[in-house]
Parts: sequence; structure tokens; C-alpha cells
Amino acid sequence: MIDRRSVLAIAPLALAPRLAFAQAPAPQMRGTGDLGVIIERATGSVLIVETTDRTVLTRIEGLGDLSHASVCFSRDERFAFVFGRDGGLSRIDLLGGRIAKRIVQGGNAIGGAVSDDGRLVAVSNYEPGGVRVFDAETLALVADVPATSRSAARSKTVGLVDIPGRAFVYALYDAGEIWRLEIPVSEAPRLTRLENVGKLPYDGNVTSDGRHYFAGLFGEDGVVHVDLWKEPLKAERVLDGYGRGEAPLPVYKMPHFEGWAATQNMLFLPAVGRDELLVFDLSTLKELGRVQTYGQPVFAVARPDGRHVWVNYAYPKNNVVEIVDSQSLAIVKRLEPGPAVLHLEFAPRGHEVWVSSRDADAVIVYDTRSFQEKARIKASKPSGIFFTARAHVIGK
Amino acid sequence: MLLSKLIVAICATSALAAELDRERLKHLVVQECGSCHGLVLKGGLGRPLTQDALAHFPQETVRDIILDGIPGTPMPPWRPLLSENEAAAIAVMLKNGDIR
Repeated sequence: MIDRRSVLAIAPLALAPRLAFAQAPAPQMRGTGDLGVIIERATGSVLIVETTDRTVLTRIEGLGDLSHASVCFSRDERFAFVFGRDGGLSRIDLLGGRIAKRIVQGGNAIGGAVSDDGRLVAVSNYEPGGVRVFDAETLALVADVPATSRSAARSKTVGLVDIPGRAFVYALYDAGEIWRLEIPVSEAPRLTRLENVGKLPYDGNVTSDGRHYFAGLFGEDGVVHVDLWKEPLKAERVLDGYGRGEAPLPVYKMPHFEGWAATQNMLFLPAVGRDELLVFDLSTLKELGRVQTYGQPVFAVARPDGRHVWVNYAYPKNNVVEIVDSQSLAIVKRLEPGPAVLHLEFAPRGHEVWVSSRDADAVIVYDTRSFQEKARIKASKPSGIFFTARAHVIGK
Repeated sequence: MLLSKLIVAICATSALAAELDRERLKHLVVQECGSCHGLVLKGGLGRPLTQDALAHFPQETVRDIILDGIPGTPMPPWRPLLSENEAAAIAVMLKNGDIR
């Protein structure tokens, strides 16, 4: 017996000409493992896409201010959680093509994460500064954790990630702290605070084994590292003085750690205010080398096999994507997908990559071996691209 | 007769150019400044740039912050990318609430 509730039909955005004779799209049973969400930042809408035939399934509107929006997925890959700038938290049914539930949980939000058991969704807020945790099913409030500290009345929170054990890690931008928030099933939430980690941590991320949390600092030459496998937790500086005291270039777009490039034992991080990627060894936390890039990197994302790292750049050099060979640290290819490249997302095993060009109103799909364009998908001012495979990766 | 037509045409073209320039600046503010200040300029990592939020800042101050940034914060100097006139035009548009 098939459960009809989970086998909903998907209405295509526009019927392809060859289907024009059909009376109505036939109800369709399908999986969600090849689905994804594209943010249309200016119109407060998202596209639900499928990545096998590279088509748009539907557009969902009414999601508020989606500048800097990000997306996480439910464990069953049926639902997407969309975190909007305006504090909106929307639970989208990918198969039903509709908003299942939407709340405005804060005044100004920056991102979110889903707990390892899939029961909790946490949101990182700028206003009011702190983290709020919700039941992933009902979006009822589970925990409200204001980011108050000795050095700042209320801090913006950044770099929120999930780690194993119904827990989250994030950084306090104004206060310069890193917090771990654990939410056991039947006990009160537990908070571990690391103070004085550095000035203005602007983003953070965790390796996919849940062990190494890194936060980038703005205005300081360095990166903060927390080994989450070592109790008591301790924040230590790595790559200290990577700018060698040189004056940084103006930063017209903050670099992002989301989707960063961790390959085997190497981590590639965008330098702040420099046209460079920093490469370092995860086992020794020592610098291995640098890659001179076309501009200031915003996202440096490893192809899932780790062989290549794809990099996009800050304004005004945001029309270019470069591909770095992780073994030789050489740039092996430069692409110009279109004006204002904002984000890129690999297919789960890396055969294709989707690249958003905001000002071309398009997402371009490339073959990652031949670098040939395979498809071009129309989207209104697209920014973030998120595929459902993220549901099963720690920290995504 | 022909000359006056030509002059009218030139004037129309330059007026259009000025208008296009404003549109380009608006696009820059919404999209690039919006990365930190929000697409509707209500703030993000950077402060809100709404008409209310800027009410207490003189236009020249706004222009100078655009041109030279705020040292010690992520607000960068836009002088390498914008002329003083362009920064002033953005300051006026922000102060008047002309963007969004």
C-alpha cells in the first residue's frame, strides 16, 4: 500500500511543448534525492529544481526578504528550511511544491542548521542577537539563547553549524566568542562559552566529521580553531599573521566559510582582503601554501571528490570562477559564467556543478570534467543553490 | 533646423545617460551594498541604511563614509570604484529614501 500523502504530484512550472497535448500532468511518484532549491533573492521566491534532467519543477513565492538566504533540509529530504534575512523561517514541502509552515522568528537572521537527529532547526539571528531553536516539525520554539556577554550587550551570531549530539556551534560577531549549544532530549540546554577568541568573527564552519570548527576574523590576520573532540573546549589561533602585516584590500563582499573546501587533510579558506586562498593541513594546522587568485575569494568549494576547488570572487571581479587543482595548487581553468556569480553547488558526487549568475538571471550547469556548459536555467536574480544531499552532511 | 534637432537629440541622449547612471547606482546599492546592509537596506552585518536610520547623518558624512569606509569595521572605502559625484548621488538617494 502506497501512502498517498507522501506521493504528491508536482506541477511543472511551465509545460514543455511536447507535453502541451496532455490534459494535466500525470501524478508522479518520485524521490527527492536529486532535488534542490534555488534562492531568487530579489523577489522573495525560490525555485524547486531537479538535477537529473536539470529542470525547474515549481516556483514558490511569498518568502520575504531573501538577501543572504540559506537552506537546510529535513532528514527525509522532503522538506527544505529557508532562512530569510527578515527573520522568516519557512518549511517548504519539496514534493507538494508549497510552503508547509512559515513563521517570522526574529527581526534579522543570517542562517540556520538542523540537528543530527533531524528534530531541531536552529536559526542564527542578528536582531535580536542570538540563536533560537525550533521543533523541525511544528516550528514551535524549543530554546531561545540570547547572545549576551561581558563585552557586548547583545551580539550578532554567525557561522552556525550543527554538530553530532543535538548540538550547534556558532560565533558571536560583536563579542568575539564561540559558543556550543547542546540540547539533550529531556534535559535543559547546556551552553559552553569560549571567550576572547578574536576580533569580529564573521563566519565559521565545521569539518564534515564534526571535529574542527573554524571561524574567520575580520580585521585580524588569523583564524580561530576549536577541536570539538577535546574537552574542555579551547579556542586557538591558527594561520596567525597570514597577511604578514600588509594592509588588506578593501573587502566589497565578506568571504564565506559555507561549503568550504576540505579535501582529505587539506582545507582551503578564503583570505580576508587578499586575492588568495589559504591552504593548510588539518592534522598539523600549519600552512601548506597559498593560491594567488583572480580576486578576493567569496566561496571556495571542493568538488566532492576533493580533486578540484571552485572559487568565486567579490565585487567587482564577480564575473569569474576559477578552478584550482588541489594537488598542484595551480589554477587549471577560468570560466566566465556571467555577471555577478554569487554561489555554486555540486551534484552530490560532483559530476556537475550549478553556478548562479545573478545579473544574467540564470543558473549555469557545468560538466566538472570537461568544463562545458550543459544547461542554462532561467531564474530571477538567483543567489544560493542548495541540493537535498546536504541533509546527510554534518555542518550543512 | 537640422542643427536644433541635433542639439535636442544630444540633450536627450545625455539626459538618458544620467538617468541610466542613477539606475546603475541604485542597482549597485541594492545588490552590492545589500550584501551587508540587506536588500531592503534594513541592515545585516552592516547597519540599516533606511531613510530613518540615516536621518541624523549629514549628506556629506554619508558621502564620505561611502568614499573612505569606516576603518576597523568591514565597511570598505568605495573610492577605488566610485567617483565623488557618484558617492554624493548615492548619499542623496539614501537620505531621500529613493532606493526601495
